[in-house]
Amino acid sequence: MDAVISGIGQSDVGRRLGRSALDLTLDAALEAVADAGLTTADIDGLATYPGGFPGPPGFSGPASPDVQDALRLRLNWHRGGIEGPAQLSAVVDAVLAVHSGLARHVLVYRTVTESSAQGSGGRDGIGLAGGGAPKMGGSLQWSIPFRAYSAANWLALNCRRHMHEFGTTVEQLAQVALNGRRNAQLNPKAVYRDPMDLGDYLSARMITTPFRLFDCDAPVDGSTAVVVSAPGHARHVDHAVARIDALGTALRGRPSWDQFDDATTMAARDAGASLWERTSLTPDDVDIAELYDGFSFLTMVWLEALGFCGRGESGPFVEGGARIALDGDLPVNTHGGQLSAGRLHGFGFIHEAVLQLRGEAGDRQVVRRDGPPEVAAVANGGGPVAGAMLLTREDGR
Amino acid sequence: MTDAPFRVQPALDDDNRFFWTAGREGVLRMARCSQCRHWIHPPAPYCSECGGRDVAPSDLGGRGTVWSYTVNHHSWDGGTEPYVIVLVELDEQPGLRLTSNLVGCDPDQVTIGMPVRVTFEERDDIWYPLFEPAGST
Repeated sequence: MDAVISGIGQSDVGRRLGRSALDLTLDAALEAVADAGLTTADIDGLATYPGGFPGPPGFSGPASPDVQDALRLRLNWHRGGIEGPAQLSAVVDAVLAVHSGLARHVLVYRTVTESSAQGSGGRDGIGLAGGGAPKMGGSLQWSIPFRAYSAANWLALNCRRHMHEFGTTVEQLAQVALNGRRNAQLNPKAVYRDPMDLGDYLSARMITTPFRLFDCDAPVDGSTAVVVSAPGHARHVDHAVARIDALGTALRGRPSWDQFDDATTMAARDAGASLWERTSLTPDDVDIAELYDGFSFLTMVWLEALGFCGRGESGPFVEGGARIALDGDLPVNTHGGQLSAGRLHGFGFIHEAVLQLRGEAGDRQVVRRDGPPEVAAVANGGGPVAGAMLLTREDGR
Repeated sequence: MTDAPFRVQPALDDDNRFFWTAGREGVLRMARCSQCRHWIHPPAPYCSECGGRDVAPSDLGGRGTVWSYTVNHHSWDGGTEPYVIVLVELDEQPGLRLTSNLVGCDPDQVTIGMPVRVTFEERDDIWYPLFEPAGST
């Protein structure tokens, strides 16, 4: 794919920031545009996930027309939507637009205000927000009426099946959460930075077996933006850029939480397979992996789906945590992931991967061959939606 | 069992009404190809096995096994008692699964592979197919 991530930006990230989704989005967008060496007059494409989608409170962020209008963007191409290879679909759309010449510089953003929306209460279940007695149609009718209100419930079923088939343990699952917390302590923007050990993890309240509180990501307010540009722009930028080497977008199994043929990996399996079909790189070439962790189990799913270990082997792979630590063979979720840095819903991983490739990750910077990493894997999504991306470092001017 | 829990209702339409009302007759009913007899769920007017377009509701035996489960502790809907969400694989066809609740069973006693059978909970003439251990009476 001929496209690069030429700039990145991120608003403040935190619990109940008390700022509007549009306000946060503009912070991230303006930072990303300036970082790309551009002005808003240069931006001729706009993409977002999920767009003006009537999702749970705080989930959707501003629709693309709201951002276009605020910044008075003159667009040659624009799009927002939720159907596609998970949150990454907005980046995929942007890459396609740039690659095909529909736009030259596409601003891509994802904004959440789920912490403010949640207020002081607990997280809402899907279908319950706003009270009343809603009626559920579409695919959610097969889960919500059985009080399976959350992806926590749905993925707990997958995780339990993984434990049954492969002997995966709670202590192995914990390593994803503990690794995230260790890394978050080096990330000033992370929302959970207190030290956490296995005892803390195990004593947290049970949500839905086998998931405890710290297996579930932390709702936050925040916006992340990137600029996807035609590759020739790299020589006009005063820092390294991230070349998009390959995209994993396949969905070959059934798009269903409970009918997918292999419930232990689901759509990640297909996204991962298609990623490697589209590159000359191999899993051995990857220096860092930023793997979606809406729930701890999903990072284990991605480790298998992307071929960093065999099917069913993610438990032993993360055992003890050393292999996935910042100084391990494969540093994972180097900013803390959504479990500890906050649920920026996919885009936090993209932002972190680019920071690492550019050598700008501060105290948590991974060093490979005496320099920053050269190849990063990024994964978004879980269950029946998944997308993956390989990024490589390309020097600027 | 304590009081019947809150349940979000399915939105009935011409494609799904047979599924959510079959419990009135005490049976589990799902879409099936009239030609090759393959079960199709969620219902769709196309057979994924033979390409046939003649798909119609048909009765199942209502028996299966627990394919996976989770014991929910978080209060999503105001309920405070832990409850069991199960993924049941039905005996009729490998991979034919339903997400449901396991009732009549201590949450600590549920295991993968446990034989179960359907039982219905009726609310406003919607018949929720739940499952109970097949050994119980």
